[in-house]
Amino acid sequence: MNVLDFARAFFTDSAHWHGYDGIPTRFAEHVGYSLEALVIAAVIGLPVGLVTGHYGRGGNTLALIATAGRALPSFGLLVLMVIWLGLGTLPVMIPLVVLAVPPILVTTYEAVRSVDPSPVDAARGMGMPEARVLFQVELPVALPLIYSGLRTAAIQIVSTATIAAYVGLGGIGRYIIDGLYQKDYEKVVGGATLVAGLALVTLAVFWAVSRLTVSPGVRRSG
Amino acid sequence: MIRIESVTKRYPDGTVAVDRLSLEIPDRAITVLVGPSGCGKTTTLRMINRMVEPSEGSILLDGQDIRQQPVNTLRRSMGYVIQNAGLFQHRTILDNIATVPRLLGWNKQKARARAAELMERVGLDSALAKRYPYQLSGGQQQRVGVARALAADPPVLLMDEPFSAVDPVVRKGLQDELLRIQEELGKTIVFVTHDIDEAIKLGTKVAVLRTGGRLAQFAPPAELLSAPADSFVEDFLGADRGIRRLSFFPADGLALETAPVVPVDADAGEIASRATAPYLLVTGSDGRPLGWSEPDKLTAGAVDREQLLDYGRPFLPATDSLRTALDGAVLSPTGWAVAVDGEGRAVGVVSQQVIGEAIRDAHSRVAERADAKAGR
Ligand SMILES: Nc1ncnc2c1ncn2[C@@H]1O[C@H](COP(=O)(O)OP(=O)(O)O)[C@@H](O)[C@H]1O
Ligand SMILES: [Mg+2]
Repeated sequence: MNVLDFARAFFTDSAHWHGYDGIPTRFAEHVGYSLEALVIAAVIGLPVGLVTGHYGRGGNTLALIATAGRALPSFGLLVLMVIWLGLGTLPVMIPLVVLAVPPILVTTYEAVRSVDPSPVDAARGMGMPEARVLFQVELPVALPLIYSGLRTAAIQIVSTATIAAYVGLGGIGRYIIDGLYQKDYEKVVGGATLVAGLALVTLAVFWAVSRLTVSPGVRRSG
Repeated sequence: MIRIESVTKRYPDGTVAVDRLSLEIPDRAITVLVGPSGCGKTTTLRMINRMVEPSEGSILLDGQDIRQQPVNTLRRSMGYVIQNAGLFQHRTILDNIATVPRLLGWNKQKARARAAELMERVGLDSALAKRYPYQLSGGQQQRVGVARALAADPPVLLMDEPFSAVDPVVRKGLQDELLRIQEELGKTIVFVTHDIDEAIKLGTKVAVLRTGGRLAQFAPPAELLSAPADSFVEDFLGADRGIRRLSFFPADGLALETAPVVPVDADAGEIASRATAPYLLVTGSDGRPLGWSEPDKLTAGAVDREQLLDYGRPFLPATDSLRTALDGAVLSPTGWAVAVDGEGRAVGVVSQQVIGEAIRDAHSRVAERADAKAGR
């Protein structure tokens, strides 16, 4: 049996399509954890990145935080958190957020900082308040790069959220971990395929959001 | 009126960009700040809208210190145009121009209507309204920059090398357009440039700054050319300031001669009667010049157009200067300049010698006026 046969067997087995261990449930759980982690990471990373980028300060500190964040192994952090906090969603969210904040933070900072200074100068010279300069002049131009940071973070979260299964939670990781434990390779391959599929869906969502919210003037010139 | 009173700007790194500068910027006129790169022009301009704060001294707008009103209120009352236009690439041309009206709280519809009006004023095709900046040429972008600065009808316009980044032909068009707009709107314009020709063309008054941000001379362009304050100003004006000064003397007083102008269908008698001049200017049936010929080479009824000498560049006595007239005479192989009317019809010719006399007369009139002013 090769990988394709495993995958076909997994997806054609009707038992895999309903119940608490069915694909829709596990998929929804996975999307739920991922979204929650992404939103928390964005709420931390975006404002800090926007403000530091706007004032052009704190780049070195950010780079340091980012390197440290990337160096932390997610799985190690998960084990640590479980020992410290016990089981639950929180110990899973912490490593996911730690993983996702650096790309969001650093890319947002770079995106705002690299906006052409002359429109910004013109905007200030016309008497535009500082907050409007950030949100109406810098942000619309920085948007494509900011999305790329969010997208990187989202893909990493989606693939790493499988670790939730280690601490007894759901998500697509269940298939992989249970499959490995039960030596049920259909399940393992099926789970891996679902994760890859979700990553592709994530890419598509970002592409669509970017089409809808980035001005054609920026898309073409940037 | 904007009064700059003994203003000094020292940047944190110790650079003295402007040194005890005092200027009275007249209302409803173009005041040009000119000088070599790094002499403090941009710093001076940016102190007027408080993009840079002076270290010492003060700036008054209509008698009131500019620090007395909120900074954004001040800036919204002054249009600001910069070198690369600085357009917002994510906004359409129309919305770029509508920026300040929107800041002032106008509704979208009214702001856009105003923006459309300004596109017309600065010579932009209304078809460009929905385009984005990347779709426009450099010259068009600069026009949008000017329109955006004018949108809320501010009394003051600050312009920092707005035309430096476009090619010479486009630049000339933009300069002419600015003069035309200024004629209609009568703004108080402070215009920064490093190009002395641009300064002389646009300025009602020109402030020449020297490196270190000190004022070398502040005078109308004609006075700058006729009486540079020192060798720095003289060098900055360049070698041909005598010729350039002629731009300020109108050509309408030149005594034109009509005798050497003959129509292409003139008969032998007419040609003979005019043969006193060394050259005759042959004109077509529409009155436009065709070229020069020596009288004895002209045969009545059979003018060989190939044989005619080029007549150079004609001038319009009503609007051109002695500089243009002299240029026409110097370019003409015969040494005579051709004067034409608005339709391009030859109205007379004038020799280098006569232009030379007119130049001497003009100079002596200026000298007399200067003497009278000095009370001598
Ligand atoms: N923000 C700044 N910090 C330090 N020095 C500056 C700054 N801006 C300008 N300068 C210096 O001040 C001088 C005048 O600059 P500027 O006003 O830009 O001149 P210009 O517009 O005539 O070329 C230059 O020596 C320049 O290097
Ligand atoms: Mg400058």
